[in-house]
Amino acid sequence: MTNTVDTDKRRFLTNATTVVGSIGAIAVTIPFISSLSPSAKARAAGAPVEVDISKLEVGQLLTIEWRGKPVFVFRRSEESLSALANLKTELRDPHSEELSQQPSYCKNDLRSIRQDLMVLVGICTHLGCAPTYRPELAPEDLGPDWQGGFFCPCHGSTFDLAGRVYQSVPAPTNLVVPPHYFINDNKLLIGTEKMEAA
Amino acid sequence: MRLIDWIDARFPATKFVKAHLSEYYAPRNFNFWYYFGFLALIILILQIVTGIFLTMHYKPDTALAFASVEYIMRDVPWGWLIRYLHSTGASAFFVVIYLHMFRGLLYGSYKEPRELVWIFGMLIYLTLMAEAFMGYLLPWGQMSFWGAQVIISLFGAIPYIGEGLALWIRGDFVVADATLNRFFAFHVIALPLVLLGLVVAHITALHEVGSNNPDGVDIKKTKDGQGIPLDGIAFHPYYSSKDLVGLIVFLFIFSLILFYMPEFGGWFLEKDNFIPANPLQTPEHIVPLWYFTPFYAILRAVPDKLFGVMAMGGAIVVLFLIPWLDRSPVRSIRYRGPLFRIALTIFTISFLALGYLGTQPATGLYTSLAQVFSVLYFSFFILMPIYTSLDKDQPVPQRVTEK
Repeated sequence: MTNTVDTDKRRFLTNATTVVGSIGAIAVTIPFISSLSPSAKARAAGAPVEVDISKLEVGQLLTIEWRGKPVFVFRRSEESLSALANLKTELRDPHSEELSQQPSYCKNDLRSIRQDLMVLVGICTHLGCAPTYRPELAPEDLGPDWQGGFFCPCHGSTFDLAGRVYQSVPAPTNLVVPPHYFINDNKLLIGTEKMEAA
Repeated sequence: MRLIDWIDARFPATKFVKAHLSEYYAPRNFNFWYYFGFLALIILILQIVTGIFLTMHYKPDTALAFASVEYIMRDVPWGWLIRYLHSTGASAFFVVIYLHMFRGLLYGSYKEPRELVWIFGMLIYLTLMAEAFMGYLLPWGQMSFWGAQVIISLFGAIPYIGEGLALWIRGDFVVADATLNRFFAFHVIALPLVLLGLVVAHITALHEVGSNNPDGVDIKKTKDGQGIPLDGIAFHPYYSSKDLVGLIVFLFIFSLILFYMPEFGGWFLEKDNFIPANPLQTPEHIVPLWYFTPFYAILRAVPDKLFGVMAMGGAIVVLFLIPWLDRSPVRSIRYRGPLFRIALTIFTISFLALGYLGTQPATGLYTSLAQVFSVLYFSFFILMPIYTSLDKDQPVPQRVTEK
């Protein structure tokens, strides 16, 4: 029997124990970290919302709650539609190139299925405030060039009536268009697409 | 056998009291600026005690939270006092912490060998900001809701992981019941424990290296026969009694605010927060509480989401780096050259100006001014290695100057 200590073996055992123990400790944190993610209940609350648009006047805006978020539904006038066509250079993403901001069927200059009817998530893409609806032309506080649109009171971001963001404001992207489709001329379903609903 | 001997044989009670109080030798020339560490400790205790009692009546549920705070204010015996002590205490905490940090800048208290004292202190400040932010959601008023919505959205600016991270912090697609409930847990359990641990670390590090003083003189260099610094006096009874005088003055001012203007004109409790949270309607003018406004002004000064968030985070991160940015061997402003004095003056003005601008709407002139002061704020840190190297410092005396 020898008295020499096998330090290599000792180091190997120490390292092996440390590695296995650390993996175990990290694994234990996973349930705790995951528990903070949205619960099954919160995810299920995203059920689609039906909106009756038959009484929506031109220029009028309805605020609908979907997944706890405000969703703006409003009817655009002929004049504002032609004004939208002239706004290109002032906008950051006039043709909705940023794909995550709208469903594919709304990737057009007016960002809508029906020209007159616009559906937008009313949350500023900067820091999540609810922008205010300012459809009037050239109001005093927004300047003579204002063509109607949305103004975020928190940090001054501006969007046009298609939810497209203007240049040199803090918001980086256009307002989000939620998935939606028209059940018929007077009924709109927000939160799902025709394919999923069928 | 006396009781204390029995205890000392089993637990280092006397040893602890000597090491940290009766035989902890602090420089004898402490001035006005040295009250604020002690006051911060007192306010921490105040916040913990009042917080415990508020928890007994408060309900962390979006359907009940707002009404439970009103219930505390109207129906719980003395509830209004406990709640106002807590809300006024929060603002008072930041007042004394800012003055305490400014003292560190004035007298170079972050310098070798006190870098870790400063780092622990900065971590306390950071934890305190998280604690205040989460606490402000609990009354579930309009400002609670939209303030939290904006600040959590800041994390969304981080590329790739940002949106997922913001979702994870909220626990829902918007600030909701899950958010309120977890903020309550962090506010009343997790962060106070972290805070207490950091305070122990802060004071342990301080008592290891010894306190700095207005002259920035190292008092451990000149000791008497017993190894006691000639310019040192025992913390207890000398500074404990001096601090009590400071405490009385502090409580005098604190009580005036507490009893006569607890909302402090909307600065300590914002007017919009007396309206229950409405996720569909943003208040016209969102302003964080006054102690966050300098950083909020920096955020808004940058017309880009990601860079704005980075600038705001950077404004706090640079504070951690001061011990290594400052190249001057002289600690106290009393013996430092004109460059540092000018730089600190500009920095102080910029910080206060940003604090004011953060409360104002982000339009035209205000934004331009915020940009100017943000640049000045960062210049103080970025140029520090240069101007502290070039500065014409004066000789530092061997002993403290007070007779």
